[in-house]
Amino acid sequence: MSEYGPRPWVQRHWDLRAAANFMLGGTGAGLLIAAALVMPSPRFAMALALVFVAGGLAAVWLEIGRKLRATHVFFNPRTSWMSRESLVALALFPLGVAALANPQPWLLGASAAVAFAFVYCQARILRASKGIPAWRAPEVVPLIVTSALAEGAAAALVFETGPLAPLFLGFALAARALAWFLFRKATRSERGAAALEHPGNLLLALGTALPLALIAAADALPLAAPLAAAASIGTGWWLKFALVTRAAFNQGFAVPHLPVRGTR
Amino acid sequence: MTRWAMVADLRRCVGCQTCTAACKHANGTPPGVQWRRVLDMEVGEYPDVKRVFVPVGCMHCEDPPCMQVCPSTATRRRADGIVTIDYDLCIGCAYCAVACPYQARYKTDSAVFAYGDAPMQSEAARFDSRRIGVATKCTFCADRIDAGLASGLKPGVDPQATPACVNSCIAQALHFGDLADPQSNVSELLAENQSFRMHEELGTGPGFHYLWDRL
Repeated sequence: MSEYGPRPWVQRHWDLRAAANFMLGGTGAGLLIAAALVMPSPRFAMALALVFVAGGLAAVWLEIGRKLRATHVFFNPRTSWMSRESLVALALFPLGVAALANPQPWLLGASAAVAFAFVYCQARILRASKGIPAWRAPEVVPLIVTSALAEGAAAALVFETGPLAPLFLGFALAARALAWFLFRKATRSERGAAALEHPGNLLLALGTALPLALIAAADALPLAAPLAAAASIGTGWWLKFALVTRAAFNQGFAVPHLPVRGTR
Repeated sequence: MTRWAMVADLRRCVGCQTCTAACKHANGTPPGVQWRRVLDMEVGEYPDVKRVFVPVGCMHCEDPPCMQVCPSTATRRRADGIVTIDYDLCIGCAYCAVACPYQARYKTDSAVFAYGDAPMQSEAARFDSRRIGVATKCTFCADRIDAGLASGLKPGVDPQATPACVNSCIAQALHFGDLADPQSNVSELLAENQSFRMHEELGTGPGFHYLWDRL
């Protein structure tokens, strides 16, 4: 029998380097959004956010086969979400640096809007991958977007101890948990679902319930904020890593009608 | 408008892999890369199990997901339906490979030869450094088609203008021709037989048809 057949197998084209773009880029974009919404003095957080996004893009650059041609990635914004993500990133960095230098509300808002566009493009990159059933599910878009919001809000919590940051994190964690439930329901029958069960359970227990409890007990626990942030971000990254590298089963080959031999 | 397509008669394919070997010979693909391959599939559950040989490769789709996602515009679709890759534009991001529902795309990050680091004479003759680090796949032997047409030959009928895999098929299971021509070999085969296209539910419009029974 062939090694390949009707049974799906995991794609090997995208590995940790590609996953890192979704992990670091999502957290960075989420932190830029959180910086605009809940942080009165966001300079250091914004700088860190841009480092995260740049780190993700650098990681995925390491994965491409022809590194010196990287600028060709901008050539197809008409249909490719990867081109769109790259072009949005081009706008994100000057805007982010401008907001960093001069944190006016309109600049912070603009950088947050572009950061949202960046993470939306990332989500649509997966959604457009018709070869991977778990990625092409429409529910992957809210999962990736809310994960970025939750990770960004969690990172903001390390810098900001005012009342808005925990509220934003609570909202983002709840949204991410809901998005995960919807995604799991939609992809339950897919071959890659088993690979996401453990990361998904961790996301709910360590990445949602625990941070919410830590936020509630923040007055009594001095390390509550960094612990909540680490748990929220770590479990989000683990889920995205598993989604890109371990749950990325293709759908194999299908033969809906078997040949009727002897008729020709 | 011409629409080049391939037809595989599953009743005739014996899984000999001659088409696979012919493709590798014609296109000089490295070890592990099979632009044309024949799956030896076991379908069903015991005791109702059947064995079927299924030639696969790039389906040259009408709406290729690989082309839509390609960020560099390296992947294009010609007016005659053949999906191509410009090796000088491709950045090797492999987005096309994960977008293809037919696992038809390959990326080789370094030169690989059948026996060690040095190429055999035949490998050296066909080695193309432009294919390193970029996506590659079946071209429907577009160069043979184009050269044949320029010489007044008919692809699918004249061997010099026909893909290597089709020429080599010992069982006449593989056919190539113009779907837009109702008198072509492939149009007549599809008119006389029941057929399907793989993963049709995805809306890609594959240009590769499988015959499985007569009408």
